[in-house]
Amino acid sequence: MSLDWKKESKPLIVIASVFLILYFAPFESSRIRSSVMESLYLAQWYAREHVILCLIPAFFIAGAIAVFINQSAVIKYFGAKANKFLSYGVASVSGSILAVCSCTVLPLFAGIYRMGAGIGPASAFLYAGPAVNVLAVILTARILGVELGIARAIGAIIFSIVIGLLMQIFFNKEEKEKAGSGMAVPGAEEETRPLWQNLIYFASMVGILVFANWGKPDDSASLWNVIYDYKWHLTVIFAIVLDIALILWFGIKWWKIVTLAAIIYITAELSPGLPIIHFAVGALGLSVITASNKGEASEWFSESWGFAKQIMPLLFFGVIVAGLLLGRPSGDGLIPSEWVYSFVGGNSLRANIFASVLGAFMYFATLTEVPILQGLIGNGMGKGPALALLLAGPAVSLPNMLVIRSVIGTKKTVVFVVLVIFMATLSGWIYGMF
Amino acid sequence: MKLKVLGPGCARCRELFERTQKAVSELGIECELEKVEDINQITSYGVLFTPALVIDEQLKFSGKLPSVEELKSLIQEKVKE
Repeated sequence: MSLDWKKESKPLIVIASVFLILYFAPFESSRIRSSVMESLYLAQWYAREHVILCLIPAFFIAGAIAVFINQSAVIKYFGAKANKFLSYGVASVSGSILAVCSCTVLPLFAGIYRMGAGIGPASAFLYAGPAVNVLAVILTARILGVELGIARAIGAIIFSIVIGLLMQIFFNKEEKEKAGSGMAVPGAEEETRPLWQNLIYFASMVGILVFANWGKPDDSASLWNVIYDYKWHLTVIFAIVLDIALILWFGIKWWKIVTLAAIIYITAELSPGLPIIHFAVGALGLSVITASNKGEASEWFSESWGFAKQIMPLLFFGVIVAGLLLGRPSGDGLIPSEWVYSFVGGNSLRANIFASVLGAFMYFATLTEVPILQGLIGNGMGKGPALALLLAGPAVSLPNMLVIRSVIGTKKTVVFVVLVIFMATLSGWIYGMF
Repeated sequence: MKLKVLGPGCARCRELFERTQKAVSELGIECELEKVEDINQITSYGVLFTPALVIDEQLKFSGKLPSVEELKSLIQEKVKE
């Protein structure tokens, strides 16, 4: 029997490279030892600081968006006959709910281009989508700071519209010839719940996420500090709102919620001053309750778990690699800080261009751009180039350029990539000046 | 019968493929199962949200990840026709 070498080559390469690394790696070198430790410390910091309070609620929110938000309702703004003005606006912001799963971005892009509103809104969606999806915004704000998180979202939205309009202008003639094939808008599913109920439900989860993660401000006399002092009270209030919403509108039995609340209360009495444990018990309880429910709530859980299953390994891998190569903000990894600084330090135009080009061609698995960027910033990357990389990074990569090319052709792809690099550089440069 | 799972190789799409495989083997029926990863082919079915399932060139759903049980009843419906 002969082996299928095409299929076997992948594991072979993996096994051979691991072997060669283990065989030859100079583990006695102190640089390598400290880099490995840096990588483990970084992973521990993530595990302690970010998983329970930030990632778990974020997965629940992402899961809720996938299940409870009527995505087909958004699609009507992408149709061939839709109002162009609205198309651009919706394309630039809808990624926040439509691009939670990275697998939706490219098919939607192809669909909008081919069957719907055309190259302009399609490009706008492709540029903004990965940057404004809820998980990306939450993680960027939490790890790289609220300021950069907001800059990323706003930069992506504004420049996506600019890129979309430019693409439309450049290729207006071809677009007119192509027009005609209407999009088969999927039939809008019936709304099961009024909008205001959904709003309360989502607001309660966002409230929990925001207040549980409220950082201690530098200025001790401000309103932010008052909020910090009462952050857990506020978190509990939002949790109660969520519980009421679940009982009233999601068919969760009230006695289950009351039992969970009692368990959390007892845990809190037994371990005062450790809110992270109480929060973990709450999240675990909510998982058990929703998973055992029949109907929507279990769908919510299974979507959330699906995101966790998909994203956690990638993030873990990203953190380990970032830690190994770049170290923690306080330490050094394998790549010397001076190198990083000489390429992307400060806010020169050259540093911004370099960051944009790097971001455009490099492939970042879902959300791994965040730990990698954290490492680069720790090594002296300026905040302008950081934003440039955040904007160009997830929007395009070498592998997805090939897919995009198969949809819109070589010429448009090249123009799009050049525009992405140009706009990312420009936004980074402007942002870096402040 | 011919089943096609549409999706560009993401986790949810792989999951749907596995569930469909399971549904088919549990039902014990003869059918061809194909995984379509090419974006252009995917959009040719008018699909915007992946994963999606096509049975005998007819789009059954898109942007969803139904359970094995639901998939089984979808396939059975088609068998009865």
